[in-house]
Amino acid sequence: MTSPSDDDALLDELQRAAFDYFLLAVNEANGLVADTTRDGSPCSIAVVGFALSAYPIAVERGWMSRDHAVALSLAALRFFHDSDQSGGADATGYKGFFYHFLDMRTGRRMWASELSMIDTALLMAGVLTAREYFNADDTRESELCHLADELYRNVDWRWSQAGGATIMQGWKPGSGFLHYGWEGYTEAVLLYVLALGSPTHPVAPDAYASWTVTYQWENLYGFDFLYAGPLFIHQFSHAWIDLRGIRDPFMRDKRSDYFENSRRAVLVQREYARRNPGGFSGFDEDCWGLTACDGPRGDAMPSFPPGTRVFGYAARGVPYGPDDGTIAGWAPVASLPFAPEIAVQAVRTMLRRYPEMRPGGRYASCFNPGLAGADGGCWVSANHFGLDQGIVTMMIENHRTELVWRLMQRCSYVVAGLKGAGFRGGWLSRVTRRRA
Amino acid sequence: MTTRDTTGDAVSEHSDRSEHERMKNVRPPEWENPVPASRYDFVIVGAGSTGLAAAHAAVARGAKVALVERNLLGGTSLNIGCVPSKAIIRASRVCAEISNAERYGVYVPPGARVDFSELMKRMRSVRARISRVDSARELAARGVDVFFDEARFTERDSLSVGDATLRFKRALIATGARPDTPAIPGLAESGFLTNENLFELTLLPRRLLVIGGGPFGCEMAQAFCRLGVHTTIVQNVPMFLPGEERDAAQILSDAFARDGLAVRLDTMAVSVRRDGTEKVVDLVREDTRETIVVDAILTGTGRLPNVDGLNLEAAGVAYDTTRGVHVDDFLRTANPRIYAAGDACLEYKFSDTAEASAHIAVSNALFRGRKRLSALTVPWCTYTDPEIAHVGLGVREARERGIDIATFTVPMHDVDRAIVDSETTGFVKIHVMERTDRILGATIVGSHAGEMISEITLAIVAGVGLEQLASVMHPYPTESGGIRQAADAFVLARHRAAGGAR
Repeated sequence: MTSPSDDDALLDELQRAAFDYFLLAVNEANGLVADTTRDGSPCSIAVVGFALSAYPIAVERGWMSRDHAVALSLAALRFFHDSDQSGGADATGYKGFFYHFLDMRTGRRMWASELSMIDTALLMAGVLTAREYFNADDTRESELCHLADELYRNVDWRWSQAGGATIMQGWKPGSGFLHYGWEGYTEAVLLYVLALGSPTHPVAPDAYASWTVTYQWENLYGFDFLYAGPLFIHQFSHAWIDLRGIRDPFMRDKRSDYFENSRRAVLVQREYARRNPGGFSGFDEDCWGLTACDGPRGDAMPSFPPGTRVFGYAARGVPYGPDDGTIAGWAPVASLPFAPEIAVQAVRTMLRRYPEMRPGGRYASCFNPGLAGADGGCWVSANHFGLDQGIVTMMIENHRTELVWRLMQRCSYVVAGLKGAGFRGGWLSRVTRRRA
Repeated sequence: MTTRDTTGDAVSEHSDRSEHERMKNVRPPEWENPVPASRYDFVIVGAGSTGLAAAHAAVARGAKVALVERNLLGGTSLNIGCVPSKAIIRASRVCAEISNAERYGVYVPPGARVDFSELMKRMRSVRARISRVDSARELAARGVDVFFDEARFTERDSLSVGDATLRFKRALIATGARPDTPAIPGLAESGFLTNENLFELTLLPRRLLVIGGGPFGCEMAQAFCRLGVHTTIVQNVPMFLPGEERDAAQILSDAFARDGLAVRLDTMAVSVRRDGTEKVVDLVREDTRETIVVDAILTGTGRLPNVDGLNLEAAGVAYDTTRGVHVDDFLRTANPRIYAAGDACLEYKFSDTAEASAHIAVSNALFRGRKRLSALTVPWCTYTDPEIAHVGLGVREARERGIDIATFTVPMHDVDRAIVDSETTGFVKIHVMERTDRILGATIVGSHAGEMISEITLAIVAGVGLEQLASVMHPYPTESGGIRQAADAFVLARHRAAGGAR
């Protein structure tokens, strides 16, 4: 039995360690943040979005000065604002969107990555978080707000529909739009809300409905929920938007909301781990978390037993996998707001059983209880990933103080986007009434 | 006797006993067309699945029937489609079982090998045996006038077959479809296989490229991979089996990877060139290019209706070369005397749909029926491992029609028989109209999905609700127990809703 203060101390420790990733991985000159701790890792624009959202948290918690936070945020915003938007093969962006991976020093496209709609949305969510928090009446914060506003307004969300009904996943300079659209429930709620809220280049009003028509409402293991396999899908939009008690037409029909849906997704994950269809070591009701994460690779680990199927980096999901026994230790932490008791129980149990999952005190991308690691413990990813550290930092904060949710409730673009998507009720009605 | 076919690859005209028997049944060499009747109640053009089903149905109800076939009785399904492909798939499953035998504690001594010649001999034997049912002699004995020759409409109520003229009260166009080969530069010159000549192969290619991730491409790619062929499958969109449930397509991709199939999704084959006996193929995905070298290329990129050469204009029948013969919901063409059914006019080009449409056409054409094509409940199955079967509405289709839909899902890893058999990949998903137990559709992925889907099809056709299925006993342990588990989940959810949502 642990007391609430014990839990708070643990969460404080986990959150601080997660946040410190950004201070270690940031290039202070341009505000870009490395995707992972791998040598030579490029910047991920999504990780910059998480970093921009984490700085206000760190200021509030006294982990960094406001001055330092403004400096890092301004560096990033100035970089993106002034970056090469020609859409060339080694540019930084196009039409207000940005390439997924950028050189940490020059900020130019790396790995022939795509101009990414969802990753730009995650970046913009961070940009708008910074705009809402750093709004003091001084020159630097005024500049920050101005740049943030311009960056958001520059994004041509309508273009990203490629003339179709929904938003495409990406674009490449040599081949144009990727063939992938958004099919089924994903983290794209945030993307659509930002795309609908734009005063300059919003997507068509029916784009959100065209996407949500692909949703699947399923009864699985006795839980009725909007189905998506990997847990991160049920977390990412919630890092910024308080989806408690507000409902779009789909959720009104189903008499649920996205927050409750994520709670059920957590219960489904837990139930899957309890049933453990793959028979993997370690899985049980207090050891779960299948999501997008790093993973063991057969070619890199010849010591694995013959016949072991491992998938490396993959969007692991429930109930159809892929599942190679790899768990993201941070996934329960990022589920705290939805199911705090269950999540804390899992966090404590997993840390007790597998303390090696936090090398250097910070969650590794994942671990695999059934495979032996190099130092006698279980296999643990050698890397920290910025996305994981970001979602941990933000979801612990939302669980503790709701800081990010409150900031984004103030954001007129987010409010407009939610209303454009047909969300009603809860805090959104109160905000609408106040503004009226 | 080995010949060169349109592919340029080694294929063979097999003169073994099975082929002799099949040809005797489906195109007897000594056959002489009968003297035509002065007028037929029903003339059927095409003797594939559709034409044969129509002939049986019409003659059984007393009609004077003529059946015209330019090639082989049984059409695609028997000769170059369902039957031979499933025979090859069965052999490939044996290979997979042997590969996985240790999982069951069975150790197969080294030396297991595929004798492709024997495998194909069995396929031909199976094909010959099934050909007996609808042989030309059998049809003639039942009163059907069977003509082998090209048919060509001459008037709105007559057509020519060789030198003969057949007059009719009603006619049915059942000419089927043929492979739609992709327009890839160099492909024709380099040679390629389709379902029309694949089953004449005499040697297993060492490396095979399958172009097209529809049912045929997926089935054959997995089968040849399991037979030991280094196989690559290229699909020009991001998932296999477009139109199927996303999870089903993903499970199939995972199964392919497990089998060692080289999967190239969202990838186009853009050019082919021949280098000696090898074929060099350029593949493009987004802005990246890859070149692979193979020994054979199989295309499975859809099918086109056979409407050429029929002189449909003379009969006043509207058509185009993509959709085929234009029909209304009663399968009637622009000429009210003439109907069409099967692949020549339908979007779903399946043997079972062809037969079902034939029965509709016969009823409507000869017996003043008012049966509608749209009333058909059409199941289908892709015979990969796991099999992927579907019936009725999918979730997206229902939601686009404004139907509030809910799905009851049972993963195969929760089905005892699947666990017993170590075949836990897949699921049962049954879709119902929200807040009712009316079954709208289902997708089943599993080792025996094709067998299981019939229960759901029956339920839909008979108006049996999901709640009622919960009270239907299922033998234990069977994979169809998963259907009952889904029904049980429905009942539980309904009880829970009555007492407060979970």
